[in-house]
Amino acid sequence: MCIALPMRVEVIDGNMASVEHGGMSWWVRIDFLPDVRVGDYVLVHAGIAIERVRPECAEDTISTIRSLTDDIH
Amino acid sequence: MTYIDAFRDKRLGKELARLIELKATRPMTLMEVCGTHTMAIARHGIKGLLPPNIKIVSGPGCPVCVTPQSLIDSFIELGKQSGMILATFGDMMRVPGSWSSLELERASGLDVRVVYSPLDSVKIARENPEKKVVFFGIGFETTAPAVALAVLEARSMGLDNFFILSAHKLIPPALEFLASDSETNIEGFLCPGHVSTIIGSLAYSRITSDYGIPCVIAGFEPLDILQGILMLVSQVEEGRAEIETQYSRAVSQTGNLEALSCLNSVFQVTDAEWRGLGVIPQSGLEFKSEFSKFDASRLVPERSFESRRNVQCACGRILKGLLSPTDCPVFGSECTPARPLGPCMVSSEGACSAEYRYGRLRGGSGDVDILW
Repeated sequence: MCIALPMRVEVIDGNMASVEHGGMSWWVRIDFLPDVRVGDYVLVHAGIAIERVRPECAEDTISTIRSLTDDIH
Repeated sequence: MTYIDAFRDKRLGKELARLIELKATRPMTLMEVCGTHTMAIARHGIKGLLPPNIKIVSGPGCPVCVTPQSLIDSFIELGKQSGMILATFGDMMRVPGSWSSLELERASGLDVRVVYSPLDSVKIARENPEKKVVFFGIGFETTAPAVALAVLEARSMGLDNFFILSAHKLIPPALEFLASDSETNIEGFLCPGHVSTIIGSLAYSRITSDYGIPCVIAGFEPLDILQGILMLVSQVEEGRAEIETQYSRAVSQTGNLEALSCLNSVFQVTDAEWRGLGVIPQSGLEFKSEFSKFDASRLVPERSFESRRNVQCACGRILKGLLSPTDCPVFGSECTPARPLGPCMVSSEGACSAEYRYGRLRGGSGDVDILW
């Protein structure tokens, strides 16, 4: 039930943002992310953006996994 | 940009599984505590990829599963009052109470609306001023701030016909409860990613410091889960008990302070009953006194009945990781997703439902989305 999908912020209007995922757009509340910007990726749960997804951390995680698995070759 | 393909890389997944096999020198039991992890592990066939000495069990991470029957009974009783609209997440519709479910009651004429967001139920209240609207507040820390926001919204609109029946639960006290149970033998917790976006990684500090059990907060893609398991196995093998965050792209140490502030302005911590586990101290949320006008529990009529439970159902021991779904005497026979006896079978995120649907790797008949 705690599922939250990463969506891209397209438009911000007050405490609402239009977010896009898989070619579809929705309006969600951004009360919990006051500093969110257009272009950011946010996790959306129950119609509310609950956290920003940090792309640099995603890349770091993938790099770490690659370097870990390199060790077994 | 969402990195979904990168976190589903087959080759890297197999290699992470090989690393887990190389690292684990002895049998160990690890528990995941998130219905979304339960589903992802089953759907991606991750247990089939792990060495036989690594046992992954599903804890009480499905909020639908741990909602007590008595609260479902109360919610249905509220709906029977005149001029009442019930609003709920769809997950609750089929969950059996003592005698009925919301789905059956809606078929019999109760006005039950399925909503995607608690804010949708505020809209229903605004559009139906002659009715009372009660939202069933289920969910962990991921969901509770959204419910608190709905309450603040209703207050700012001046609504006096909007109510919440709070069944919210908190994850860290449940982990402490499991960690202190002498029957359980959990050597590591795979902690829930989205609960942790709200509460932050430091919320698990008592689990590592007081109970010496490693905690790893993991994301929900196959590589996230496999790396999280590898991090837990490494801690166990190296004798460490630390909080580590695999899901660093969404989880900080302190969580979402705006969401926590909203949550704490409306609710306060209280003892709560977990279906199958009993009362866990300081593990639930109740309204603060200044918001008591929104509390639907004060509308619940005096009980003229006793809630009851199915004695054959083994969900309680399954939620503690003491039994696997297939150990339950009624699993797959009297208890199926079409005719569930217990909560772990009725919710799609329940351990029994996931096992029934995706158990092909161990002889079941589900449709596993195997990536390997």
